[in-house]
Amino acid sequence: MMHGTIVEHPPALSVEDVGHSYGARPALDDVTFAIAPSTFSVLLGLNGAGKSTLFSLITRLYGTQRGRISIFGYDVSRTPGDALRLIGVVFQSRTLDLDLSVMQNLMYHAALHGIGKREARWRANDVLARIALTDRAADKVRTLSGGQMRRVEIARALLHRPRLLVLDEPTVGLDVRSRADILGHVRTLVAEDGVSVLWATHLIDEVADGDNVVVLHRGRVLTHGPVARVVKETGAADMSGAFAQLTALSASDAPTEAA
Amino acid sequence: MTTDTAVGSPSGFSFTQYAVCLKGIVWREGLRFLHQRERFVSALVRPLVWLLIFAVGFRQVLGVSIIPPYETYVLYEVYIAPGLMAMIQLFNGMQSSLSMVYDREMGNMRTLLVSPLPRWYLLSSKLVAGTAVSLLQVYAFLAIAWFWDIEPPLLGYLTVLPAVILTGLMLGALGMLISSAIKQLENFAGVMNFVIFPMFFASSALYPLWRVQEASPLLYYICQMNPFTHAVELIRFALYVQINWLSLAVVCGCTVLFMIGAILAYDPSRGFLARRGEAGGGA
Repeated sequence: MMHGTIVEHPPALSVEDVGHSYGARPALDDVTFAIAPSTFSVLLGLNGAGKSTLFSLITRLYGTQRGRISIFGYDVSRTPGDALRLIGVVFQSRTLDLDLSVMQNLMYHAALHGIGKREARWRANDVLARIALTDRAADKVRTLSGGQMRRVEIARALLHRPRLLVLDEPTVGLDVRSRADILGHVRTLVAEDGVSVLWATHLIDEVADGDNVVVLHRGRVLTHGPVARVVKETGAADMSGAFAQLTALSASDAPTEAA
Repeated sequence: MTTDTAVGSPSGFSFTQYAVCLKGIVWREGLRFLHQRERFVSALVRPLVWLLIFAVGFRQVLGVSIIPPYETYVLYEVYIAPGLMAMIQLFNGMQSSLSMVYDREMGNMRTLLVSPLPRWYLLSSKLVAGTAVSLLQVYAFLAIAWFWDIEPPLLGYLTVLPAVILTGLMLGALGMLISSAIKQLENFAGVMNFVIFPMFFASSALYPLWRVQEASPLLYYICQMNPFTHAVELIRFALYVQINWLSLAVVCGCTVLFMIGAILAYDPSRGFLARRGEAGGGA
């Protein structure tokens, strides 16, 4: 069972009072939540909710303007090296080099993490076997399908053995079967390897009952916690209803009656 | 998969890890270069067109008197060869800047920037990689030019190496700085008009500066202020086994300056990226 309590270990990811603006336009305001180690957490929000901005802050693409983000206790701004090596990232946009082979892409990523050639090749073979793409190792990425590319990106993000995997809308543009494959694969990583996952999406059907959820809307966290609790608090029948209710309340700026 | 990469493992990175990272970045740049054969061909054709057509046509128009480092009268082709070497590097620097903007739009840049190694090191490695590629081009050009009687002393081929490394770094750093300031790929045509052309023409690449001085003192001063002039002169002297100290100082100074600018511009807390909110994505 999932529980949101933090015990003696630092949380896999802790976001405290984080705010961010692009010039005068605020994108995130007072965002606070934490995810426990070895859990699957869904960052749920519509397009434009601020999910990608939050990802850019967690991965230190942007500096944190306000607040504090830490990965297993390492502050992203103050100790970026320690924080970043614990994170594996799958970005929303495709970030593989299309003209290089699958193996070359993996080797490049390993080098960026200071992993030597022999070790890198060994690990690359290992991760490729896990996503059943060993036979495509020498092929150019351009020849892979969308779902295969995503799997390679996930494999790549795991090469340096991160303890937190963050994925920004990883199933966008994929067919139903590939979506299920990838979601299943990442859930296995949590269950079997104890990886912590932050999975951003706007697709509510990707949320399972045992997950934790962070609902982000217009740059603010509306609620966060185990799905069962969030559903119960809103009084809705399921997560879909809860999400609709939460975002509708926020949209109309109606006084809060529930919760 | 094991996940025992240990929280609380020692901070920082070993020398080997830095070396592996640099090697990986150079290796990828090399691979990309090999995959883009058109880029290599056009990088060579451009200076060769200048050398074989423009220079021959202008040979009669422009007489070049004996000026250092030359000890005799030289053909115009011989005079412009160092300028064309610098031009190769100028284009290469702008090309890598273009590819950085492209990578940023496409998201590839993120792969580099989320590496846990310090960002200044990542950018410097990228610069080294771009410079290495430009060296390949420069030497390929020199090899072809040799058949057109551009025959500097043999030792010159060796002594020019540190010079072209330095100028490659300077022009690469300039490209990187410019790439941070360009918001979109379309704006790159502007770079052609406002950076490459003025830098190339207002320099000693195509004509000796004393000739420029006769024509326009103002242009002469502009040419002298142009770092590209010093890149050209550094290469020209080095090719004839001499050192132009002023140019050396200017090239080194500009390299450091441009690089610091680029590192600041790509710094997550200070840089332009965060303020503009680019790097793609839905939010």
